[in-house]
Amino acid sequence: MPSGEGADQTSPHRHSHVRHPARHERSRAVIQVAVHAGAIVPLSWLTVDALTGGLTANPIQAITTRTGTAALVCLVLSLAVTPLSGIGRQAWMVPLRRPLGLYAFFYASLHMATFAGLDYGLDWRLIWNTVLEKRYIVAGTGAFVSMLPLALTSTRGWQRRLGPRWRKLHRLAYLAAILAVIHFLWLVKADIRQPLAYGVGVAALLALRLPVVRGRLRSW
Amino acid sequence: MDDRRLRDEITPEPLYQRRHAIMRAAGVLPMIAGASLVGCGQEDASDQGVVPTPGYEEVLTPFESVTSYNNFYEFSTEKDGVAKLAQGFKTSPWTLSVGGLVQRPQTFTVEDLDAMFMPERRAYRMRCVEGWSMVIPWQGFPISRILDEVVPNGDAKYLRFETVKRPDEMPGMRGFSPYAWPYVEGLTLDEARNPLATIATGLYGKPLLAQNGAPVRLVVPWKYGFKSIKSIVKIDLVARQPTSLWMAAAPSEYGFFANVNPEVSHPRWSQATERRIGETRRRPTLYLNGYAAAVGSLYAGMDLHKNY
Repeated sequence: MPSGEGADQTSPHRHSHVRHPARHERSRAVIQVAVHAGAIVPLSWLTVDALTGGLTANPIQAITTRTGTAALVCLVLSLAVTPLSGIGRQAWMVPLRRPLGLYAFFYASLHMATFAGLDYGLDWRLIWNTVLEKRYIVAGTGAFVSMLPLALTSTRGWQRRLGPRWRKLHRLAYLAAILAVIHFLWLVKADIRQPLAYGVGVAALLALRLPVVRGRLRSW
Repeated sequence: MDDRRLRDEITPEPLYQRRHAIMRAAGVLPMIAGASLVGCGQEDASDQGVVPTPGYEEVLTPFESVTSYNNFYEFSTEKDGVAKLAQGFKTSPWTLSVGGLVQRPQTFTVEDLDAMFMPERRAYRMRCVEGWSMVIPWQGFPISRILDEVVPNGDAKYLRFETVKRPDEMPGMRGFSPYAWPYVEGLTLDEARNPLATIATGLYGKPLLAQNGAPVRLVVPWKYGFKSIKSIVKIDLVARQPTSLWMAAAPSEYGFFANVNPEVSHPRWSQATERRIGETRRRPTLYLNGYAAAVGSLYAGMDLHKNY
């Protein structure tokens, strides 16, 4: 492949692996599309299975589990964007953060709606008793509530209006992820391998944010 | 006609109680606790042993659901994945050894069990600790018939059940696993002597399928589903309370008794309600899964919060 050398000197993304501006734009667009396509796979798969009877004998449980997993995966990926773009000096990745975060919120909303609507038939007394008796639901609700202001202030307008406070506010994403992992950890039986794996992932992403770690990585 | 329908209307509670009393007087309590014989035709809930939940209908869970939604961790922790992974599981030839503190230890083939102990149709509710339930028509017989055959010694206080351990055929056992295989469960001798404590070799008129614990399993319908150990190869009469796989894995969460009880929450979740497979609305969970009349006396005076 011709490398397009010479044409990249004016590019603002000199450190990116893709050197040609036009190709750079194209691959950016491809990755944007891929992220959207990937993020709607769980929903498409769920819809197909729902229509073809592929949701087991306990479909409400299957919908709950699948939407919850999709929300957690999107949330962790959205948290991975900033540290990874920093380490790899891939600034083009940053715009992926918002759609991933919004997909996480979308799946979390479906997850909550399934719990309250399908599972508990909007019987608020029963829901309240369940929330009080199941601590994993408290953690999960906490995760959802901490994502709410993030989704509401995800627009450029709010980002501008809030200025530096926007960055502070959006650190809540880490709280949401930690609570979501605790929610997962508390709901499994004895085998904690899966929630533990997510926990390690979130902890690693959080560690990459620490100034001391970031400094090390930069000099390395 | 829906032949799965056990009842068309809810039997009024006093009528049920009266019928119960008459049958008890006639000495057929084991039959109520158990069920009518296969092919008897009448599908009345009280004759099936499925005491109706007040205000709710009791219908047999479809065969497809019973055989496609299974907790059988030796194969997979995915309930809808067990049936496929269990297809290569060899259930014949098979022997069940009953020994320990008994006068006549014996080894039975599955054919022996069916010939000697005459399985009958016994439809029971099955309540999983995860909060879902089914109604399953088993073919089974009371464990007491086996006990009469092996004759427990005076110092035998418990039964210890063990599942086959065959990692070659059971993919869930291979590699690293957080569980100490083989699967082990236990009952007190008094619990095992209750007519409701069943050894099943079939369901829906057919031999058990691998995913349901073929070829021989326990069914203790007043306890959470995990107590009803599958694919049993060994039963030992012992003096000390056996430690089950779940007691070893999470002692603060899974006790020896594991009786269905809406008043006693699992440490991390409520047990007040359940979803019957096939239904959308949740229904209340019943004390001892609705079998208090048959087994309640086993726990008289016992602190069920402590003995969970």
